[in-house]
Amino acid sequence: MNAALFVIFSFLILAIYLGIRATRGKNMDLEQWSVGGRGFGTIFVFFLMAGEIYTTFTFLGGSAWAYGKGGPAFYILAYISLSYVLGYWIAPKIWKYAKENKLMSQPDFFATKYKSPFLGIVVSCAGVLAIVPYIILQFKGLGIIVSEASYGAISPTVAIWIGAISLTVYLMISGIHGSAWTAIVKDIMIFVIVLFLGIYMPFHYYGGLQPMFEAVHQAKPDFLTLPKTGLSISWFISTVLLTVFGFYMWPHTFNATYSAQNEKVFRRNSIISPIYTLMLLFVFFVGFTAILQVPGLTGSNEDLSLLRLSIKTFDPWIVGFIGAAGLLTALVPGSMLLMAASTSLSKNVYGVLVPSATNAQISKLAKFLVPVIALISVYFTLNGGNTIVTLLLMGYSIVTQLFPAFIFSLMKDNFVTKYGACTGIVLGILTVMYITISETTVGTLFPALPEVVKDLNVGIIALIVNILSLVVVSLFTKNSSMVSKVEKSHSA
Amino acid sequence: MKLIHVLSLLPFIGILGFLPFVNKVTPFILGMPFFLFWIVLWVVLTTFIMAIVYKMDPANEGGDK
Repeated sequence: MNAALFVIFSFLILAIYLGIRATRGKNMDLEQWSVGGRGFGTIFVFFLMAGEIYTTFTFLGGSAWAYGKGGPAFYILAYISLSYVLGYWIAPKIWKYAKENKLMSQPDFFATKYKSPFLGIVVSCAGVLAIVPYIILQFKGLGIIVSEASYGAISPTVAIWIGAISLTVYLMISGIHGSAWTAIVKDIMIFVIVLFLGIYMPFHYYGGLQPMFEAVHQAKPDFLTLPKTGLSISWFISTVLLTVFGFYMWPHTFNATYSAQNEKVFRRNSIISPIYTLMLLFVFFVGFTAILQVPGLTGSNEDLSLLRLSIKTFDPWIVGFIGAAGLLTALVPGSMLLMAASTSLSKNVYGVLVPSATNAQISKLAKFLVPVIALISVYFTLNGGNTIVTLLLMGYSIVTQLFPAFIFSLMKDNFVTKYGACTGIVLGILTVMYITISETTVGTLFPALPEVVKDLNVGIIALIVNILSLVVVSLFTKNSSMVSKVEKSHSA
Repeated sequence: MKLIHVLSLLPFIGILGFLPFVNKVTPFILGMPFFLFWIVLWVVLTTFIMAIVYKMDPANEGGDK
C-alpha cells in the first residue's frame, strides 16, 4: 500500500465513522432521517449547502473548464454567488412553508401548494430524472480521482464500488445527520487543499500569479476572456440567469433548506457564501497553470488536469490528501442526492399510489430505496458510456423547469392552477429532452438571427414554452380550480 | 420596491451588466486578468451588500425565532 492509498483510506474510514456516530441518541424517523428534525443551525446548513455545491464537478470540472475553455469558466463563480442572493429571498419562504406543513421532500411542496398529489408525482419523477445522472457523475469523478491518486493501484471500478457501499451504509443509518458531519470534514479539507494548490502551483511553475496568466495569454490570446461567438457574453448572461433559477430547484438543495432551525440561517448564509465561492478561484488557478505544464489533454481527459499536475508536482502522500478530498467531494453530494431521490420516490410516489401505506412503511421504504438507487447508479456508471453527459446536461435544465410553478406559488394571489403548473413542467421537460437529444441550439432554430441571440443558452426556449403553457392552461382552468382561494384562506 | 430589494439587484447588475466593457485581459489587477478581477471584485462586493441587506431587513430583528 503506498502513502497515497493509506491517506485516502484513513479519510474514508473517518468519514464513515463520523457519519454513523452522528445518529447517536436520536430516534431516526423520517423527519430526523431526511430533514434532521429541522434543527440545523447556520454552520450545519452552511456546510450542507456547500457540501452539495462543491462536488467532484467543482474539483475536476472547475479546473477542466479553466484548462479547456478559459474565460467562460468564470460563469461558475458568478452563478453561485448570485444564487445565494436569490436564496436570501426564497429559501426562508420554502423553509417556513415546509415547517408549517411538515413537509419532507420537494414534491411535498408542490403537491401541498397546488393541492395536487399528482403534481407531486410529476415533480418527483422530474427530480429523480435529474438526480440519477448527477449521482452517476459523482461516482465517475470518484473513480477518476481515486484511481489517479492511487497511481493506478485501485481501478476506477473498485473505487466506485467502495464509494457506493460506504455512502449507502452511513446514509441508511444516519440520513442527513451523516451527510452534515462528513460535509464538515470535506469542506475544511477541500478548502485547505484548494487554497494550497491554487497558490503553490502558479508560484512553483511561474513565480507568481500574473506571470502565469501572462504566459497563458501569450500562448493563447483571448483565451482569458469570453469569445466573440459561442460561449460569448450573451451565452454568459443567459446561462448564469438560468442556472440561478435552477439552483434551489435541485431536489437535494430544496430539501437541505428544510433542515434549518430558523429562517435567519439562510439570510446569514447569503452573506458568507458568496465570498466562499472564491475557493473556486484557486481551482481555476490550478487549471490555468496546467495548460502549459500538462498540455495535450482534450475532451473528457480535461477533467484530469488538476490531478495530473498534482502527480507531476508532489510526493505521493500529498497526492493522497488530494485524492481523499476528492473522494469526500463525491460522497457528500452523492449521499444528499440519493436521499432526496429515495425520500421523494417513497413518500410522493409510493405514498400516493398506495394510500394505505403508514408513515413507518414509507420511512422504511425510503431507506430501502437507498441501496437500490445506488446500485442502479453504479450500473450506469460502469456501463453508461457517453449518454451520461447528455443526461447530465439535461439535469440542470430539467430542474429549472420547476422554477415558474414554484415562484408563482409564492405569490399571494396565485393565478396558476394545478393543471397549468403540471402542463408547464411537463411541456418544459419534454422540450428540454428534445433540445438535448437533437442537439438543437438557438442558432440552428433561427439561423437568421444575430449572433447575440444565437448564443443564448437554449434552455431559455424550454422555459418560455413552460411559462406560456402554464399561463394559458391556468387561464382556461381558472374556474375549475380553487387553488388560490384555498391557499389564501390557508395562509390567512 | 424597497431599498433592500434594489440592493439585492446590484450584484446581478454588477456581474452581468458591464460584460461588454470588462471582457478584456489587461490591465492585470492583483495578478488576475481584468475580466476575472471584475467578477472576483463583485463576488466580494456581493458579500458586503448582503451584509447590509441583512442589517436593514426588518425580518431579522428580534431573537432567533
